[in-house]
Amino acid sequence: MTTMSETIIKIDSTGVYYRDLNARLREAITNGATKIELQNVYGQRYIGTDLNQPVEIEIFGTPGNDLGAFMNGPRIIIHGSAQDGCGNTMNEGEIIVHGRAGDTVGLSARGGKIYIRGDVGYRAGIHMKEYQGKKPIIVIGGTAQDFLGEYMAGGTIILLGLKLKDGQDHLSRYVGTGMHGGVIYVRGNIPKYHLGREVGVAKLNEKDNAVLKEHVTVFSGLFGFNADDILKSNFIKLYPRWLRPYGRLYAY
Amino acid sequence: MKTFVTPKFKVNRDEDRCIQCQVCVNQCSFGANYYDAEENKVKSREELCTGCHRCEAFCPTNAIRVTYNPLDYRGNYNWRPDIIEDITKQSETGGVLLTGMGDDKSQRIYWDHIVLNASQVTNPSIDPLREPMELTTYLGQKPERLELEPGTHNLKTKMTPQVKLDVPVMFSAMSYGAVSLNVQESLARAAKEMGTLWNTGEGGLHPSLYKYGDNTIVQVASGRFGVHADYLDAAKIIEIKIGQGAKPGIGGHLPGEKVSADVSLTRMIPEGTDAISPAPQHDIYSIEDLAQLIYALKEATNYTKPVSVKIAAVHNAAAIASGIVRGGADIVVIDGLRGATGAAPKVIRDNVGIPIELALASVDSRLRQEGIRHRASLVASGGIRSSGDVAKAIALGADAVYIGTAALISLGCHVCQQCHTGKCAWGICTTDLRLTKRINPEIGARRAANLLRSWSIELKDILGGLGVNALESLRGNRLHLRGIGLSDTELEILGIRMAGN
Repeated sequence: MTTMSETIIKIDSTGVYYRDLNARLREAITNGATKIELQNVYGQRYIGTDLNQPVEIEIFGTPGNDLGAFMNGPRIIIHGSAQDGCGNTMNEGEIIVHGRAGDTVGLSARGGKIYIRGDVGYRAGIHMKEYQGKKPIIVIGGTAQDFLGEYMAGGTIILLGLKLKDGQDHLSRYVGTGMHGGVIYVRGNIPKYHLGREVGVAKLNEKDNAVLKEHVTVFSGLFGFNADDILKSNFIKLYPRWLRPYGRLYAY
Repeated sequence: MKTFVTPKFKVNRDEDRCIQCQVCVNQCSFGANYYDAEENKVKSREELCTGCHRCEAFCPTNAIRVTYNPLDYRGNYNWRPDIIEDITKQSETGGVLLTGMGDDKSQRIYWDHIVLNASQVTNPSIDPLREPMELTTYLGQKPERLELEPGTHNLKTKMTPQVKLDVPVMFSAMSYGAVSLNVQESLARAAKEMGTLWNTGEGGLHPSLYKYGDNTIVQVASGRFGVHADYLDAAKIIEIKIGQGAKPGIGGHLPGEKVSADVSLTRMIPEGTDAISPAPQHDIYSIEDLAQLIYALKEATNYTKPVSVKIAAVHNAAAIASGIVRGGADIVVIDGLRGATGAAPKVIRDNVGIPIELALASVDSRLRQEGIRHRASLVASGGIRSSGDVAKAIALGADAVYIGTAALISLGCHVCQQCHTGKCAWGICTTDLRLTKRINPEIGARRAANLLRSWSIELKDILGGLGVNALESLRGNRLHLRGIGLSDTELEILGIRMAGN
């Protein structure tokens, strides 16, 4: 059922096959919709893929894999959790997840912003890049599973660990394995032996703090946290020790 | 450290012919020729010579002959000169040996053990000069059956996207960065002229090449370099690259030195940084995951383009290909042991993967057995050298083939296997602007188009001789093939009979 009031469109997604749902999204946007509400989403894949306009999509329920894959512009708000591949190869846009997200959040993303209130699965921010004015950012309210920021080549990941107990370390292992660009800010601590060997640890400088403050403020605004409280905690900065990790691997 | 590697080549200069003009000095990008001003004499540093024969081709007085340096080591069938040289290089650097092009070792080349049939007496051959011959090929998923509207006889079956090829030979994936922009433009123009396709490789599509979009296959690989909405929209076919014959299971590192301003623009990464393609695609750990990416790309382009999946020919290629077809791919590309590369560890290039002839035959057979052969087109690549190889590949079950090395040879490549150095003297596998201008896209396009033109005439000759007038009649028709000098097992896998039988 589709109801239309001005340019806000509501779509009941119950039992709608993903291909039909996405076709309907495309059609609505072609017809000039600027705000779309998807209700009762149950695992439909690829929502927001192939949408190049600055439209806002609000999702109630649980969208399926590859949410916003190759996305180039829209703002997606999920009142629920995201599955695997959320923001896969994203170019531009915003994804706000009020629950948690699955594996490979922001895989190879080149631009855009992803805010997740809860935890993320394996390999979040893997091979994220940056290019010219584009600099992707992932803010994770909870903690991450292994291989956070693997092969990272650009962009920023902020890991807040808001649900960790005082003094409890993040559990993610192999963090930043193969990292050769970008930066990860971590609230709390990741033990050194859980970091990839390409990763360096540093204190945040003024510039880092400014970046952190900017994104944590946005994050807190979205999910109703107090940014100052979060920023009061200790943060560490993870950075690539070499920009060319494999430069000396070859004989000729 | 003093190198113990002896020069592989000798640059023989005929002093009577040499006029000290220094053309050879300017042409050699490896620094093997130099001018000694004190003696007013052109000389050579033979240890730097790669045997690319650029100087020889451009010497105005024909004074140069590059020959093998006769390395008369004590004869040893086991410790051959190339093996001694490899170990020496490794001892001096401690690094992985890199190389370019395809496997140059002596594994059996099955094309040379397969022969084609021709018509004699009992059925007439056809003269392609006077009768129409059809090479047209459509790539894409074919429906189970066709339904027509009663009355109007219009097509009722909804067709998935099909891509038409006038010649069943496409240019295989070579990325900008591995090859120069002028090479890509030469191939793109030739593809347009001849009604076939070229492939961007995993390196994005340069803005100046968008106009060839209708003849372009764009690649989506593990690094996702340059992949964005316009890139996908521009293409005729989208190809997911899982693997390549020269380096199955291995990713790629485009070194920072090769990431020039223009390369950075198409790959969409900062200038001078390494472009690292991880070995796996980290959103693909299974056939189900592959299906997910296939459909993500179909969604991203609204089901308007076929999606192809390219894998290296490995032991279980047939089962994997079946999974790929069931995962929703419209085209499956199999790249064999001899598939080439801009750079790969030598040990992988020469030791991993299986010959394309065997892989192609087993994949085609398997898909037929499972009744799903129509659900995807099959493209063979890796070491296709002539129209004869093309005809045999098609008879073994391929819908079309990719050529890479053959296409580069048409532009001037002399297969010296130095692609990984980025110093290609023929201006092909390099991003050095001093060298890349050695390929003029207009002339390059003409040479590459000429190659396809001659192969298509030859293919028509082969078809005519077989007594058929369409490539479709040869496709998968292994009765037109016979094997020579092959074992029963080899014949069985190839699905062909022994010659004389």
